[in-house]
Amino acid sequence: MPHRDVMHGSRAVAEAVKLCDVKVIAAYPITPQTHIVEDIAEMLANGEFDAEYIMVESEHSAMSACIGASATGARTFTATASQGLALMHEVLWIASGMRLPIVMVNANRALSAPINIWNDQSDSIAERDSGWVQLYVETCQEALDSVIQAYRIAEHQDVLLPVMVCMDGFVLTHTVEPVEVPDKEQVRRYLPELRLPHALDPEHPVTMGSLGDPNYYMECRKQQEIAMEHALRVAEEADEEFRRVFGRGYGILEEYNMQDAEVVLVTMGSVAGTIKETIDMLGSDVGLLRLRMFRPFPKEAVRRALRNAKVVNVIEKDVSMGFGEGALMTELKSVLYGSDIRILGTVAGLGGRDITTEHVRQAIERAERALRGERVEEVAWAGLKEEAL
Amino acid sequence: MKVDIAACITEPGSSERNKTGGWRVFKPVVHQERCIDCGSCWIFCPEACISRNEAGEYVVDLDFCKGCGICANECPTEAIEMVLEEK
Amino acid sequence: MKEIRFHGRGGQGAVTAADLLAMAAFFDGKYSQAFPSFGTERRGAPVTAFARISDRFIRLRSQIYEPDYIVVQDPSLLEVIDVAAGLKSTGKALINTEKSEIKLNTEAEVHTINATRIALDVLGVPIVNTAMIGAFAALTGEVSLESVIKAVRRRFPEKLAERNVRAVEVAYEEMEAKL
Repeated sequence: MPHRDVMHGSRAVAEAVKLCDVKVIAAYPITPQTHIVEDIAEMLANGEFDAEYIMVESEHSAMSACIGASATGARTFTATASQGLALMHEVLWIASGMRLPIVMVNANRALSAPINIWNDQSDSIAERDSGWVQLYVETCQEALDSVIQAYRIAEHQDVLLPVMVCMDGFVLTHTVEPVEVPDKEQVRRYLPELRLPHALDPEHPVTMGSLGDPNYYMECRKQQEIAMEHALRVAEEADEEFRRVFGRGYGILEEYNMQDAEVVLVTMGSVAGTIKETIDMLGSDVGLLRLRMFRPFPKEAVRRALRNAKVVNVIEKDVSMGFGEGALMTELKSVLYGSDIRILGTVAGLGGRDITTEHVRQAIERAERALRGERVEEVAWAGLKEEAL
Repeated sequence: MKVDIAACITEPGSSERNKTGGWRVFKPVVHQERCIDCGSCWIFCPEACISRNEAGEYVVDLDFCKGCGICANECPTEAIEMVLEEK
Repeated sequence: MKEIRFHGRGGQGAVTAADLLAMAAFFDGKYSQAFPSFGTERRGAPVTAFARISDRFIRLRSQIYEPDYIVVQDPSLLEVIDVAAGLKSTGKALINTEKSEIKLNTEAEVHTINATRIALDVLGVPIVNTAMIGAFAALTGEVSLESVIKAVRRRFPEKLAERNVRAVEVAYEEMEAKL
């Protein structure tokens, strides 16, 4: 039976890993790690489920161990954050290039220097081109559910790509809130056993990770891009099926208060909750578009959702230095190229700076001023201490 | 030819089809009468293209030998001679 | 929605106090949320933690600037930070101190409890979080005593749990008697 409980976001993820019958977990259990892998280790020690737990000496090794394990056709999991994800960088590309359906939770945290352990999304945004599917979640419940969905997406025969579930570090990982833990049998039915067509098998030997010279490398990359296109459809189907089985779903993007909204805020992750609360508090007719899927980018769905919008303000926890705006804003401009929609950006919450309802109100106000034809800043940094610059 | 997923090679031993002996300038010639059967050439050949025939003699697979001369260099009795190959 | 801000020092369990409160509210059938201010935790450093209780799912994830309640676990903090900042005038402050009266920069009611003594008596260590939650339950009625005890039993290993349940009960009764 599914049961409602109250727990940390990290624990919710560990519960998902247990429910998914993950066979191999590799982790580097030192900062910047979360208690996700700690909770999994405890569950294994208590005999709550059976898996190989590999303690490695770095995140680079953690992902390498996941690649080896996944190549044998075993369902594989790891979790990391910030510098840990950065240290994995080169191996991320190997996981996706070898088409291994590894699922990883990244607790979104800022990158050093200066040293900062707090939340923002610069770490995973920096890995957007690494060939991983990326989902961004709003709540601890969605983190749990998305891990289950992630395996279904990753392991689909038309996809076979790794999936990164991004949850805001601390803001979700360290928050206690109510979570419904699904029934194991239902998860088993939702998630068939992994069948990796190119798995290592002594009966049918294959060479993996071989040379792809200039004659073939481009074809491999194009195959990955085609798999990414499939992932869009597969993710939508996986979410619909999830809703059918478990009674809740999220879509690949979420539209809030969007009917006839001329001003729309766009964001990813947990700050969507604060934005919804602010919209309701103000009784505002501003809409919110929350992207749950960032890779593959749901271009058509975004265009459809924003068809009536006149001004968009992208609130995001990352910035592309030297380009003066966040990655999501840039990508939205690309997706909406040729339309008349005015696109503004708000860089917010870097390095754990709290994003308040007041910051959201200011972002709404700036967009509304733009709608009235007033001159406004194209990109604003929410809550920036100008006097400290 | 269709590239398998992730450029996997699904047919074992398929690299044998790629004959690399053509890179060679010198080829090893084994003087069997001087061979003391120590096996050094077999051990040291980086291409693993030296094997023993039914008579127990060490022979070189010229489809894959690149003429590096390591076998000749290692042979304690100088039973292997590197000879300029006429093509 | 009720918002509660906890002030403590590293090692006093302010973060756990917020967690326990959220768990207790959940056991009471409500929605709840708790999170720390995510400092670089070290023993003795000022720590802030937050909890929210509501009848519907809590979407707001910013820190708490205008709390309904503040819970101060260490009286020495009063000299260091403005613990009552933003406290609603209709709200309540609960301070751990041996003094019977405390002047705070607020129009809200100020209540005191000697949680350090309770913790030393019952637990033998000056970790006051469970006593403070017991007193908070009695003072505000936002969570039931039963649910606080259930949360404590869930959070701590058995032996430790029972001692902390006792701390909750003693503080609850002491607070109740004061009202």
